[in-house]
Amino acid sequence: MAEYSALSLLTNALKGNQDWKPAWRKPDPKASYDVIIIGGGGHGLSTAYYLAKEHGITNVAVLEKGWLGSGNVGRNTTAVRSNYLLPSNTRFYEHSMKMWENLSHDLNYNVMFSQRGCLNLAHTPAQFDDYARRGNAMRHLGVDAELMSTAEIKRLVPALDVSASARFPIVGGLMQPRAGTARHDAVAWGYARGADRRGVDIIENCEVTGFLRDGDRITGVQTTRGEIRGKKVAVAVAGSTGRVMQLAGVDRMPIESHVLQAFVTESLKPFIDTVLTFGMGHFYMSQSDKGGLVYGGDIDGYNSYAQRGNLPIVDEVMSEMLALFPGLARVRMLRSWGGVCDMSMDGSPIITTGPLPGMYLNCGWCYGGFKATPASGWCFAYTIAKDEPHDFNAPFTLDRFYRGLVIDDKGQGATPRLH
Amino acid sequence: MLITCPYCGPRDVIEFTYQGDGNRERPQPNSQDLDAWNAYVYDRLNPAGDHNEIWQHSGGCRTHLRMVRNTVTHEISSTSFARGDHNAAARHKAGGKS
Repeated sequence: MAEYSALSLLTNALKGNQDWKPAWRKPDPKASYDVIIIGGGGHGLSTAYYLAKEHGITNVAVLEKGWLGSGNVGRNTTAVRSNYLLPSNTRFYEHSMKMWENLSHDLNYNVMFSQRGCLNLAHTPAQFDDYARRGNAMRHLGVDAELMSTAEIKRLVPALDVSASARFPIVGGLMQPRAGTARHDAVAWGYARGADRRGVDIIENCEVTGFLRDGDRITGVQTTRGEIRGKKVAVAVAGSTGRVMQLAGVDRMPIESHVLQAFVTESLKPFIDTVLTFGMGHFYMSQSDKGGLVYGGDIDGYNSYAQRGNLPIVDEVMSEMLALFPGLARVRMLRSWGGVCDMSMDGSPIITTGPLPGMYLNCGWCYGGFKATPASGWCFAYTIAKDEPHDFNAPFTLDRFYRGLVIDDKGQGATPRLH
Repeated sequence: MLITCPYCGPRDVIEFTYQGDGNRERPQPNSQDLDAWNAYVYDRLNPAGDHNEIWQHSGGCRTHLRMVRNTVTHEISSTSFARGDHNAAARHKAGGKS
């Protein structure tokens, strides 16, 4: 019987809910493991889950410096989509989308995946043409995409200012109907429980402070809870990639860490039932099940590990929201926060063996890490287990920058703050 | 965040354009050392702590500045003209987000 089912809910309710097991144990670290995963975020936990489930590798430790869900997996704006232009991105993110569609069932944990669609607004005929091109590229690879007229957009999002007198009039949009949102904490907890039940040790409050080496080879880690040896050491630390790789003696990487802010308003009645993005700036918004509008915009634009941002971006994001929805002017913002993004030089991720022997690297997620969580863990687990990449992550190498094989969906060049 | 331009005085960060890691070495234009070009274009120091970086006062006097800024606290410990530093001048690109 699955751990969570109608029957188990009923029997536990009748017994006063005394018999539930904690979703994951709190083990002390063992002296050695087959695989050590540094980083107990979404990607680290899903990697552990798929190592155990798909490859039978269960002697695995996930080391988390804080508590589970304290990093970007609990800080993102929860959008899930696969509306990319370039084939290597589209294939990877579409693989992720298909995994999302079955994730609650697979994990026996409700991640509240809601396929409410993601609509990109176009504000000029040229941008609309560009969206048509991207939509065609998506459909060519079997991903759903629909162009929408202004009248259709007006029906879908009645609160939107679609008038010709808007600051940036809307001429149409590109909709991916299967896109949507998921409850990000549940994703971390669901993967954690699934990995734990298969024997993975999830070790919280365990910060990596150095690497154990045998010559060039990485053979384990030093942590605040002692030395731990590992046959394979996998790094999945997102915004902290620079910090952790520096401990391994790799000072320079094709990565910059930037802070991205996110915002939530007070709860409103149902206002918008899709994920919406603005085309004349960088702004995206959805409404949570509690009713708060969840939204964000650009990164602050300079290197930062601070997990908090500055006011100019707050001002910019609010003005973008009001350009689309003048009616929200008097809605109060409840909370804002920041997360540290590992911005890569082409805006695409890195999932690879190396760069040192015994090491495996998963980073470069920029803004897009949350939606990639299932496929990232799945591909990283494959790469760790087989010592070679799967077809889905074969293009996401670390050396692609030096070989002229960049995957620059936005065509922005090696300027991370603009991706 | 306030940045003290040595020419204009303390100004809001919104007047400035970030130009990134100030430790990169631009190879000579006729250099055929591919590793050096790759390192210049793609590799960055990304420390948590003091970071040596280039900014431009694009909304003010337009001078390029060399700054040491802490990436954890955002505290700026030194600001000077990047003048005479050919790397900074060569890195200037028009446009982009301020």
